[in-house]
Amino acid sequence: MVSRVPSGDRYGIKDWLVQRLTAVVMAVYTLFMTGYLLWQPVSNFAGWQELFHSLPVRLFSLIFLLSLFLHAWLGMRDIFMDYVHATLIRLGLYALVILALVAYAAWAVRILWGPA
Amino acid sequence: MRFSIYRYNPDTDSKPYMQDYTLDIEPEGNMLLDAILLIKAQDETLSVRYSCREGVCGSDGMNINGRNGLACVTPLSELKQPITLRPLSGLPVIRDLVVDMSQFLEHYRSVKPYLINHDEPGQDVERLQSPEDRAKLDGLYECILCACCTTACPSFWWNPDKFVGPAGLLQAYRFIADSRDQALNERLDDLEDPYRLFRCHSIMNCVDVCPKGLNPTQAIGKIKSLLVKRTI
Repeated sequence: MVSRVPSGDRYGIKDWLVQRLTAVVMAVYTLFMTGYLLWQPVSNFAGWQELFHSLPVRLFSLIFLLSLFLHAWLGMRDIFMDYVHATLIRLGLYALVILALVAYAAWAVRILWGPA
Repeated sequence: MRFSIYRYNPDTDSKPYMQDYTLDIEPEGNMLLDAILLIKAQDETLSVRYSCREGVCGSDGMNINGRNGLACVTPLSELKQPITLRPLSGLPVIRDLVVDMSQFLEHYRSVKPYLINHDEPGQDVERLQSPEDRAKLDGLYECILCACCTTACPSFWWNPDKFVGPAGLLQAYRFIADSRDQALNERLDDLEDPYRLFRCHSIMNCVDVCPKGLNPTQAIGKIKSLLVKRTI
């Protein structure tokens, strides 16, 4: 028996591309940070404060975190599409993940630009 | 040689069970299908599909020691005993090793596996193709629709009703790649879908099991490349 299911939503390639681009951003940031810390090891709080005092580092860190959250959203959505077939439960899970990631993004801004 | 074969007759069995068989057969020079047919001669209730017996028709796809393949081109000498045979997973079992391929074929049908060309055919000339364009179909046209790849694909197991599957997508690309086809954008429109195409996570079980040595993951990657080109 072949079931008749609604499908054909005409989207996907942009998400697929964003998932790959965010992965590249995360890889570059990871290499940059690893390289920087190997070259100039940070051992105390003052050192960390100085590193994150620089605007480029803060911006790059924010871009990294936003990439991570976007990447996580697409990955979690894929997992739910694969395994959670009850539409309402899937919708609820999407909402939870989106809420959590938006909260993380706000939190990330607060950490990077908040009072030291 | 020892065999353990999945048996299920929905009319009489409440649930499937494994049945053991012992067969006196020389492994060297014999294929698995030869052994199955000898077992069937002993026990004619065993159901199996086969036709050409040489890896061309794609009828005897089954799960052999945990791996999908065609019984007719699997040498007995390469198999560890007891040889465990099960039907292809992810499709409904009709009986024993025979599965209902309707869902699989429906996905194949959905990619319009035929040339779409709106030009009037010439009176005495075929639709010509350069050798270079013809070469683009190599590695695509050889698919025999045995379903070994699609039924080895976890994405198909989780969404069999929506994900086209590696075989269907390989066939879709076979017509996308054909220089004589004029429906490239309609085909891409049809495939750009979170379920139809994007359930593929490049697990590559399809590449691992294909008895014809084809690469559906690569074909899917080429479809994605075309979609990227179209969108950016």
